[in-house]
Amino acid sequence: MDIFLQQIINGLVVGGIYALIALGYTMVYGILQLINFAHGEIVMIGAMVTISCINFLVGHNVNLSGPVLLTVSIAMAIPVTMLLGYLIERVAYRPLRKAPRMAPLITAIGLSIVLQQAATMIWGKNYVPFPAILPTDVLEIGGASITTLQVAIIILTAVILTGLFLLIERTKLGRAMRATAQSPDVARLMGVNVNTIISMTFMIGSALGAIAGVLVAANYDQAHAYMGFMVGLKAFTAAVLGGIGNLGGAVLGGILLGIIESIGSGYLGDLTGGFLGSQYKDIFAFLVLILVLIFRPSGLMGERVAERA
Amino acid sequence: MNLIDIFSRQRKTSLISLGLMLMILPWIISHGFESGNSYLRAFDMALLFIMLSLGLNIVVGYAGMLDFGYIAFYAVGAYTYALLNSPHLQALLPAWMMYPPFIVSIILAAGIACVFGIMLGGPTLKLRGDYLAIVTLGFGQIVRIFLTNLDRPFNLTNGPQGINNIQRVHLFGLDLGRPVQILGITFEPVHLYYYLILFFCALIVVVSLRLQDSRIGRAWVAIREDEIAANAMGLNTRNIKLLAFAMGASFGGISGALFASLQGFVSPESFIMMESVMVLCMVVLGGMGNIPGVILGAIIVSITPEILRDVINPLQMALAGRKVVDPETLRMLIFGLVMIVIMLVRPEGLWPSSRRRAELKPQTKGIALQEKDDMQDAERNHD
Repeated sequence: MDIFLQQIINGLVVGGIYALIALGYTMVYGILQLINFAHGEIVMIGAMVTISCINFLVGHNVNLSGPVLLTVSIAMAIPVTMLLGYLIERVAYRPLRKAPRMAPLITAIGLSIVLQQAATMIWGKNYVPFPAILPTDVLEIGGASITTLQVAIIILTAVILTGLFLLIERTKLGRAMRATAQSPDVARLMGVNVNTIISMTFMIGSALGAIAGVLVAANYDQAHAYMGFMVGLKAFTAAVLGGIGNLGGAVLGGILLGIIESIGSGYLGDLTGGFLGSQYKDIFAFLVLILVLIFRPSGLMGERVAERA
Repeated sequence: MNLIDIFSRQRKTSLISLGLMLMILPWIISHGFESGNSYLRAFDMALLFIMLSLGLNIVVGYAGMLDFGYIAFYAVGAYTYALLNSPHLQALLPAWMMYPPFIVSIILAAGIACVFGIMLGGPTLKLRGDYLAIVTLGFGQIVRIFLTNLDRPFNLTNGPQGINNIQRVHLFGLDLGRPVQILGITFEPVHLYYYLILFFCALIVVVSLRLQDSRIGRAWVAIREDEIAANAMGLNTRNIKLLAFAMGASFGGISGALFASLQGFVSPESFIMMESVMVLCMVVLGGMGNIPGVILGAIIVSITPEILRDVINPLQMALAGRKVVDPETLRMLIFGLVMIVIMLVRPEGLWPSSRRRAELKPQTKGIALQEKDDMQDAERNHD
């Protein structure tokens, strides 16, 4: 039982992070019906810039406690990723808005290669350790152990998600975003500046991505120039699992995927009599995705899209 | 231009000269450049990628189904060939199954890849667009993860190390792994493989061309344009979609088998998702659904990084006088930029099919004129 609880907690932590990234994918998808292939790279750069900031501050003997240091550094990384998100939209998506759907896909893949290589130029090809500035206390809950970092990640994720939902449901900007997602043309008639809204969507997604990137790096104690790909892939899977374009679905998909993965890696060996070990946890995630999509072709919470006549 | 014209009599001369050019190309390359043979290897790979992208073109370009896991079929073909033609499974398989004739290996590789294609296509028939994309992506990952981990409980794929000592091709009593003297000219293995791969590549180009204008080819296009309408016209969309997956997969399988025989070893490293993405880039950059375009895309995407590899370092030395950045990194960076620029300048691909170009014509006419055009288009489509 305690192992089960432990896996649930681990899954919740990872799942929350996936949810944050998945929201970036799903918000862009909701408005443009396109996958932002460079989003994983944003996550990576968010993590890298934050780590560099922390190292810089520590190196200059700035006397702050760990969490404050981290907050300051994230606050410096967010504008960087928001700028990048804006640039991605300007370079890869806006000029191709009327082009065939494949074209922006390729430009985004090209941009993600460029960002990846730029990151290797700046931060090198090796793993960058996450500075040990955070407290490492361990709490015991019902036989399962959880670090304060993990508690912080869960709380932070919950706060950010609530904030985002308030932003989208209660503010003027949010209403404009929902209107644009429903119908860009009608939104424009109602006086919404669609271009600004699309830029804002990329930027908000990138800000979430930066925070998620830092959390990933903190959770695994390291970051890497190529980390964006796998994290992005998982988060995108989560977004599709929940029904891409649907914000609640992204959160549900992220948390589910995190838990499935962590339970899968914990029990896969026992379930299959030692045939499949924990190295197959990625397969488990994809198998669940395929199964869900076979029975619900547009994801768990996705609306059934009317078929084009 | 429709490439099918090439087969008409007027085009016969150009076809023959193209063939001759391709036949002497390896000599120009190996003798014209300092590192000629490594360039020729790059050309061998480019030919393999042409086959791959023609296969993917069937799924993505004709049938309009986005596939991010295509490299899995390449992997299946390569491993099939490798297992049959290396000592790895000798202890397990009966002797008559080992080292089959080359053509049997190729057919088996194509067949097994085809089965995998149907395995992927079957359950995903209902999925559309990006949902299909993510499932194919997952499928590609699953195949790769199995290849990496199936060294236990029973050693099938030899795990991350991959399979070594794959026997070179023996064809008509000829060992393609050894230089051969014909009429006083020495053919190096890299040349021999070039001709072997060129033959299969030409075969696949011809099959693609014939498919394009066949009933099946038109059915694929119909499904891409509007699946419901195609269904209403009496097409069995399920079988036709499965056929697209199966055909595409078997092209990938053949290409993979040739890759294994050329390389002499296979490992899961060669079948990462980035490779699927690259093949997709070839198809889209060149011009989806248009065979000459896809071939052009495959050549550009596979050769550019090789050329950059040789150009960047001297250039860097000349400009800055020292090694400023890692050439490998810079090479990929420039490659990414090239992809972006091509797509921004020509969103429909470098060499789109005439049908696609017509669809994407810039709409600068007045509304009335445009409507008239639309009506005419609609009429034409009804023919």
